Amino acid sequence: MSAQQSTRDAALTEPVWLRWTLIGVVVLAMFGLIVLPLVLVMVEAFAQGWVAYFTAIGDADTVAAIKLTLVVAAITVPLNAVFGIAAAWAITKYEFWGKRLLLALIDLPFAISPVVAGLVFVLLFGAQGWFGEWLAQRDLQIIFATPGIVLATVFITFPFVARELIPLMQSQGRDEEEAAVSLGASGWTLFWRVTLPNIRWALLYGILLCNARAMGEFGAVSVVSGHIRGLTNTLPLHVEILHNEFSFAAAFAVASLLTLLALVTLLIKIWLEARHGDALAVRAGRH
Amino acid sequence: MNMAVAAPQSTSPARRWRDPLPGFGLTLGLSLTWLGLIVLLPLSALVMRAADLGWDGWLQILSSTRVQRALWLSFSTALLAASFATLIGALIAWVLVRYQFPGRRILDAMVDLPFALPTAVAGIALTALYSGNGWIGQYLEPRGIIVAQTPIGIVLALIFIGLPFAVRTVQPLLETTTRELEEAAATLGASRLTILRRVVLPPLLPALITGFSLAFARGVGEYGSVIFIAGNIPFVSEIAPLLIVIKLEEYDVAGATGVATLMLLISFVLLLLISALQKWVTR
Repeated sequence: MSAQQSTRDAALTEPVWLRWTLIGVVVLAMFGLIVLPLVLVMVEAFAQGWVAYFTAIGDADTVAAIKLTLVVAAITVPLNAVFGIAAAWAITKYEFWGKRLLLALIDLPFAISPVVAGLVFVLLFGAQGWFGEWLAQRDLQIIFATPGIVLATVFITFPFVARELIPLMQSQGRDEEEAAVSLGASGWTLFWRVTLPNIRWALLYGILLCNARAMGEFGAVSVVSGHIRGLTNTLPLHVEILHNEFSFAAAFAVASLLTLLALVTLLIKIWLEARHGDALAVRAGRH
Repeated sequence: MNMAVAAPQSTSPARRWRDPLPGFGLTLGLSLTWLGLIVLLPLSALVMRAADLGWDGWLQILSSTRVQRALWLSFSTALLAASFATLIGALIAWVLVRYQFPGRRILDAMVDLPFALPTAVAGIALTALYSGNGWIGQYLEPRGIIVAQTPIGIVLALIFIGLPFAVRTVQPLLETTTRELEEAAATLGASRLTILRRVVLPPLLPALITGFSLAFARGVGEYGSVIFIAGNIPFVSEIAPLLIVIKLEEYDVAGATGVATLMLLISFVLLLLISALQKWVTR
């Protein structure tokens, strides 16, 4: 190799020692920040053995928390999926005044602290809130009850599905839909036969992320829940209660369930990206 | 976007063209209703409540040292953590895209974990790891680095939360750009350092700023992963979101509203500044 060639190669990459140093630094940082916490959850969960683990999971309060978390996600995710499809349809298939404002408003919940997301519902429905008295007269409870938890979770997960669908449907345009209409398809046929098949993987992707956040949300739910064991305690809140009571093994046992949820979410996400990457549109930095 | 207008049945400017695609009214109506009920109505309650506080109420909140300290702590730790996350994130993205090594794909997949892991779980795991008797903390504490119950712990938790934003905004750009430009520059005799500084960095800069602002916006409001490791000592390691929760628990709704409004105002001003910086960089 000529001397000129080797200086050119040296200008195209870093020297070997530097390359491996950088790889080492990155591996170490990822290990200390991300891998070790994951390992620790599992180790601590089983620190007092299998029996203690399953006692913690089978505890009545834990089971109630699991049920509540599932109920909240089962209400929240479909609501935001329908909203996401509707918003993406309106935004990508038509031109109208104020579209950019609408886009910005959809993203708004991402810029707001989860605690503030909880607070705004307390201001609406709490004892001192706008509708507080009206609700109290009718013996209805939203704050410190399941409806409040659902509302706060809907607020937090509001943008997830719409954000996945909008860039994809933008790039798909409206030619296929127009062709279907010109052939006499009705609105619903159009949606089920043409649009939905085109967006299904991105929709699933959005639902996946929405669900993970809905089940794992802590701050917003913490404000509106009231932390009543067995009643308004979701899984993440139950982790906090157990941790504050110094039942660390139990706290980590419950946390291991949520970790499992995160890992399954991640696996499905990787599978979707690998298998259906083309059908997911460009998502650079959009999470 | 494709604006294929249907045959203009009407030439009257007062009448809009008739769109062949059905569902505009339904989908826009549904979106606006949902947005109004879930996002706008609750947020307007916050704005109205903040306006109701009056001069005295605001003066009381603004002059409270505890509020000042909490806001300062939240914003300074979020800015610091976002800077670290951007640096480490860019390095991670660079190593993942440019170098080949065993375990690269697994590492790549793990980057998204902080997105998927519930914040409370991250909080208790980081606390256990970095407290005085934890796996990592036991080596740091004798050297005088106390992470748990100090602002260092807050920054650490926020780096964890912000890292994926930083990596995932820079990574796609590194995958697509500048390979040929780098080769051209090398052929022309530029050194590696010059190439990195003059060819690789400039197109990355806007993405780095985007990643920074995403990590920052998320970090300022972050609650779950922080409160466990922070120790929550008033004036020392009490973040603004926690102060809102405490005020609510004390039935001080006005105080909670004040702190929340201040937080939102300051973050919007800072995010505007960051986006102005980004415009200036890309100009």
